[in-house]
Amino acid sequence: MGWRLSKFNVVSMVFGFSFLYLPIVLLVVYSFNASRLVTVWSGFSTVWYRELWNNRGLLDAAWVTLRVGLLSASIATVLGTMAAIALARYRRFTGRTLMTGMVYAPLVMPEVITGLSLLLFFVAIDLDRGFWTVTLAHISFTMCFVTVVVQSRLVSFDRSLEDAAMDLGATPTVTFFQITLPLIWPAVAAGWMLAFTLSLDDLVIASFTTGPGATTLPMKIYSQVRLGVTPEINAVCTILIAIVSVGVIVATLINKRRLVRQARNERLAAEG
Amino acid sequence: MGAEPAIDRKRSGDPGTRRKCGFGSRGLFRRIVIGVPYFWLVALFLVPFLIVVKISLSQTAVAMPPYLPTFGDPSTWWSGLQQFSFDNYVWISSDDLYFNAYVLSLAIAAASTVLTLLIAYPLAYGMAKAPPAWRTTLVMLVILPFWTSFLIRVYAWIAILKPEGLLNQLLISIGLISEPLVILNTPTAIFIGIVYSYLPFMTLPIYASLDRMDQSLIEAAADLGSPPLKSFWTITFPLSLPGVVAGCFLVFIPAAGEFVIPDLLGGSRTLMIGKTVWLEFFTNRDWPVASAVAVVLVAILVVPIVVFQRQQARIG
Repeated sequence: MGWRLSKFNVVSMVFGFSFLYLPIVLLVVYSFNASRLVTVWSGFSTVWYRELWNNRGLLDAAWVTLRVGLLSASIATVLGTMAAIALARYRRFTGRTLMTGMVYAPLVMPEVITGLSLLLFFVAIDLDRGFWTVTLAHISFTMCFVTVVVQSRLVSFDRSLEDAAMDLGATPTVTFFQITLPLIWPAVAAGWMLAFTLSLDDLVIASFTTGPGATTLPMKIYSQVRLGVTPEINAVCTILIAIVSVGVIVATLINKRRLVRQARNERLAAEG
Repeated sequence: MGAEPAIDRKRSGDPGTRRKCGFGSRGLFRRIVIGVPYFWLVALFLVPFLIVVKISLSQTAVAMPPYLPTFGDPSTWWSGLQQFSFDNYVWISSDDLYFNAYVLSLAIAAASTVLTLLIAYPLAYGMAKAPPAWRTTLVMLVILPFWTSFLIRVYAWIAILKPEGLLNQLLISIGLISEPLVILNTPTAIFIGIVYSYLPFMTLPIYASLDRMDQSLIEAAADLGSPPLKSFWTITFPLSLPGVVAGCFLVFIPAAGEFVIPDLLGGSRTLMIGKTVWLEFFTNRDWPVASAVAVVLVAILVVPIVVFQRQQARIG
């Protein structure tokens, strides 16, 4: 599209972005409020962050959430990448339609249904509910997001490199690790990050599949929010927002630098 | 290809055949790459859902797990099968509470999809017309809130919308209203919550389809004397439809089964179906009825889900 912004374009963007950011900005600002009343500003203070440090329940929940997130995102990335290769590289196999359905349906399936079905499954196979059931549940709902991200990258890149490697006698496994994986790496990393944040964020599926001793941070936040808005929760949320924002911005910058370097190398190669 | 006898690896298949089947048509790699995720999805998506269907046909029991019959000893399976009943479905259809919850969920989801589209389209359009150097940043600005916690973003609205909240303080201080508006715990708050939370899902597919568009079409139309608004409706909008459709599905389907937003912003009087499943399960501990409510919800959503998959598969 051409790039001449009309007044309407500017207004709609300003409106859209303020709508997206204002609530988050307000939440962050009020986490530094000295007053216990969240809607009355009475001066800057970091008291709620210090309070947080002494809140064992919240810290424990954060630790559980972090472990579930790291473990489930890593396994989901491996499984999701496999599924992406299966769908992007093998046009014909028995049950391909079923597999496509099972990859896309969880993306839009209401969370209450995913959570309920997984819980009933764990009860039916008599698995003790807790850390591991939450992790298993998170792997299965986040791997589909990884698949979609990786698949779109697999579909768009130059297949002749893979073909060349295999014509020269490389096995599919060698071709994958030597050629395909380095090329789709940014998408795999993005898939991991998406899986990780989805896991950190999930309330509904975790509430269904958890058991004693495995309370996640969203569950903890939810139970406190039901009792009312408190500055401690604002502080927890601000920390989470800060971690995620820094992560996303750093990842984007690394990716951008990589693209710039790649473009420069290509230019040098063309000139050389 | 399958009929071909196994021949020398290096010579197997001309390049044409190979391109068609990608990484080769047999071998360990293929079996693992297809088999492992396939097994996982069957075990942790398909089978659990079939269990939901099965339990929706069972009877409630005061036991743990609280339903009959259970799969235990294979010799009792047949008698177990005979205990299957449609009682839970009869119960759901006879009670207005469930019917109203379904209708309300679909109506709220549909209305908020339209509202989201009305905000997302101009935003995506502006982004697509912005200078190319800005676009990466603008896309990141849309994605960033999506990475931050859904629960946190919904929670942020409570402090804004409540009677003594920031919005009412602002409106009263500028003299627009004298009495605080009641927004929290009404359907309006649910609309705001859904539009806010799902805005990136609508904006990004629309932006992607606008960004792909060939700009020379608009220039050609302008050269031939078409006014900008007419060019928009006859060229730009139809070409952006795949993005609009994808965005609408991505908002409508999850919004219809949404739990967190109606629970935190909608109060107890606006009962949407996601919350009904939650209440049946956690509060009433009636697993069979919760399962039946879930099965009916999937039955309602299966048409949009299949259409969505078809569209994604076509684009992919």
